[in-house]
Amino acid sequence: MDVDALRLSFTLAALTTAALLVIGLPVAAWLATSRWRWKPFVEAIVGLPLVLPPTVLGFYLLVAMGPMSPFGRAWISAFGRPLAFSFEGLLIASIVYSLPFAVQPFAAALSAVDPRLVEASHTLGVSRLATFFRVSLPVAAPGVVAGAVLTFAHTLGEFGVVLMVGGNIRGETRTLSIAIFDAVEQLDYATASRTALFLLALSFAVLVVTYSLRRRPVLG
Amino acid sequence: MRPNGRERSSLRAAAALVVLAALAAPGSGRAAEPAPRKLAVAASANLRLVLLELAGAFERRNPGVTVEPTYGSSGLLQAQIGQGAPFDLFLGADRESAVRLGAAGHARGEPFHYATGRLVLWVAAGARVDPNVLGMASVANPAIKRIAIANPDVAPYGAAAVQAIRSAGLQDVAKPKLVLGESILQVVQFAQSGNAQAAFVPWSLALVPPLAAQGRYVVVPPGSYPPIEQYGVVLGRARDPRLAEDFVTFLLGTSGRTILERHKYALPTN
Repeated sequence: MDVDALRLSFTLAALTTAALLVIGLPVAAWLATSRWRWKPFVEAIVGLPLVLPPTVLGFYLLVAMGPMSPFGRAWISAFGRPLAFSFEGLLIASIVYSLPFAVQPFAAALSAVDPRLVEASHTLGVSRLATFFRVSLPVAAPGVVAGAVLTFAHTLGEFGVVLMVGGNIRGETRTLSIAIFDAVEQLDYATASRTALFLLALSFAVLVVTYSLRRRPVLG
Repeated sequence: MRPNGRERSSLRAAAALVVLAALAAPGSGRAAEPAPRKLAVAASANLRLVLLELAGAFERRNPGVTVEPTYGSSGLLQAQIGQGAPFDLFLGADRESAVRLGAAGHARGEPFHYATGRLVLWVAAGARVDPNVLGMASVANPAIKRIAIANPDVAPYGAAAVQAIRSAGLQDVAKPKLVLGESILQVVQFAQSGNAQAAFVPWSLALVPPLAAQGRYVVVPPGSYPPIEQYGVVLGRARDPRLAEDFVTFLLGTSGRTILERHKYALPTN
């Protein structure tokens, strides 16, 4: 099995999960409490990566990272090389692609928090931020963990987007799923099966953990 | 007298039968039109443009015939054919794939050599490197940050690019810049989106937009890589073997050769 690809996939999945905890929790907290009339538009944008074919999303990202977009030009002038075909580019692409897998479970868990708990905390003079960390988040923890685990698993198996923006560079952008695809294309089914079986077992374990977390009662 | 419920439903059933019969026997009322025939071609991605033209010419010559190409890497297409994909004809980018299909019992008849691919080095206009002046050494220029090639493990054009770079003695400077596309079409995407400033592509894809509009190219010296001899084979599963064989005759004949030549493929001597 391709050890470099394995290490790369794990690093990518871990960093994507960490980034989506930081980005996704505030977005989810806002979605869980907001009554803004345009909220469905925000929810739709968050959910889009679920619907768009990964290769289409990947192609948009490839163009956005290139010198034809203002963002791509700014990145190139700042760092001297395009974002595409780099680990950082892959990380950004994964964050976009896995966004709904984090935000949707986070928002579901946070909106299930009993508002009376939050209000009680407010009346005791605890700030909104402190209430979020001391009340909402602990209560919603199983859902947040489930979202994080799903994000990790989803990034581990990500293929289409990586294929489009990665460029298949060993140790930098050749992830586990790309290595499997390469093995299949080379008619090397033994290697492909070994790697795929590993991924299958791991994904199964991850899902078992996720579902057993969900079953646990929210308040013990 | 209005039909009762049962009569109405049997009327409806009769009407449905008439519609079905009409669908099942298309053109039965117009005997002059030839029956539609379909040719499913599993083709290597480098043929994307030339096969479009070949198919058009073949369809004009044979009314009622539709050529339906599916593009992919040789490895993927072989795997699909091995699992019973309904293709009539395989057109590969090397000799090995067609021979391997024959050895696995998926072929009807012998593999045939229909074209020899030619590789060019394309450089983006924005890089301000003229490949016509610098030739292969263009890839060493610092303005070239990324060089897109097809994955040499699966694509003959990629393997040829690696060999050409090695023959030019540029592997040390080029290797850190290489990015791999899963097929030659992805190489074009990397170049078109501006993320790769140079790309090794089949000549036929460099002739037209987007690459022709966004950069210049130089032909890679043919002796610097093993010839990309492209073989095809009629598949054992072909539903209409005679149609597949007709297409092969057309491809290897004057019309086919003229079109291949216009797309800058070299022709087998026979």
